[in-house]
Formats: sequence, structure tokens, C-alpha cells
Amino acid sequence: MADLLNQLADIWEVVRFPLGAAFCLAGALLCMVGTVGVLRFPDVYTRLHAASITDTSGAGLVLLGMALIAPGWLVIAKVIAIGLFLFLTSPTACHALANAAHTAGVQPVIGRVGQAQDAEGDA
Amino acid sequence: MIAAALIAILVGMALLLIRAFIGPTLYDRVLAVNSFGTKTVLALGLLGFVMKRPEFLDIALTYALINFISTIAILKFFRYRSFQVPLVRRPGGSSNG
Repeated sequence: MADLLNQLADIWEVVRFPLGAAFCLAGALLCMVGTVGVLRFPDVYTRLHAASITDTSGAGLVLLGMALIAPGWLVIAKVIAIGLFLFLTSPTACHALANAAHTAGVQPVIGRVGQAQDAEGDA
Repeated sequence: MIAAALIAILVGMALLLIRAFIGPTLYDRVLAVNSFGTKTVLALGLLGFVMKRPEFLDIALTYALINFISTIAILKFFRYRSFQVPLVRRPGGSSNG
């Protein structure tokens, strides 16, 4: 039983680096996809959606990968602290931003994709 | 592979700067800067792992704190044009108060 556990620990020591690097890469690519959404979407609210969702989930993936390749418990604790804080503040900042835009009277673009410019002109 | 992730995040930050410059409304710019700050946190952490110095995570943690507070402060300033206003719901105001 102890042999089996030792073997599993050895396998885990080998596996966790490529696994963590893959998580980091996936999260970074997710962040880049969200950035493309921020560049291409038509108005503030849809851009906010793209940025906020991908910031939360992409950051979570990158931090999970960093926790997997971390060399010690202290580093893992720091990564968990950053993840917890981002998980609390990213949706809060998103809500504050949407609320401020709504209070300031920014109108969302309503209509089909081809007529989006006309709807924006009316608003 | 971690370096590739770092480069991907840096490319994302460069694209966000475009939105921060051309953003038609103020809120587009604030959104871009906020997202840029989150990506800066991730880039700092990944840079620490690339350089084999995970102590960079302390800087990333501090940057995450400052980024959130600065976003809220910027939004408050552009709503009230002053920092000298308490962040409370006005009595009898609308639901957006």
C-alpha cells in the first residue's frame, strides 16, 4: 500500500508540470478570446459581458495552473489568496461599471446585426 | 509552455490598450483598464514562474487590491465629480440610487 502511494506521488510529481502548463495556456487563450470580444462587440454592456466572464474564468484557469506547478505550500497559499480575491472583486467591479453606465444613461444597441448602426443613431 | 501563456496574455493586454484608446464612451475605457489590470496580475504571476521566482506573486496580490480600489474610485469620481461624497444610497431615490 505504501509502495503504491509512493508510486502515485512520483507519477504526480512528473505529471503536474505539463498539466499546470496546459491549464495556464488554456486560461491565457481564454483571456485572449475575451479581449477579441471586447474589441468587436457593439456596445458597453456586451463588451462588459465578454471582459468580465473571461476575466473570471480565464484567471481561474491560469491560477489553477500556477497552483499545480507551484514549488511549495506558501506559493500555493498566495495563489489561492489571489484567486479568492479576483473571484470576489471581478464581478463586483463589473456590476459597479454596469450600474454606473446605466445610471449615466448609456443606451444599449438594440436591433439586428445589420441594423445596429441605425439603432445606435436613433439612441 | 508557460512562456507561451505569458505571451498570449501580453498580446491580450496590447489589444485591450486599443479599446482603451478608441473607446467611444468613458465606460469602455474604464472597462478596458480594469480588464488590463486583471491581466497584469496574471502576467506578473506567470512572469514569476517563468523566471523561477514565485515571490512575484506578492506583487501580483498587491496589484489586484489596487486595481479593484482604483476602478471603484474612478467610477465614483466620474459620477459625483468629487471624492468627498459618501458612497451611500440616497434616501427616497430610485432603485439605481
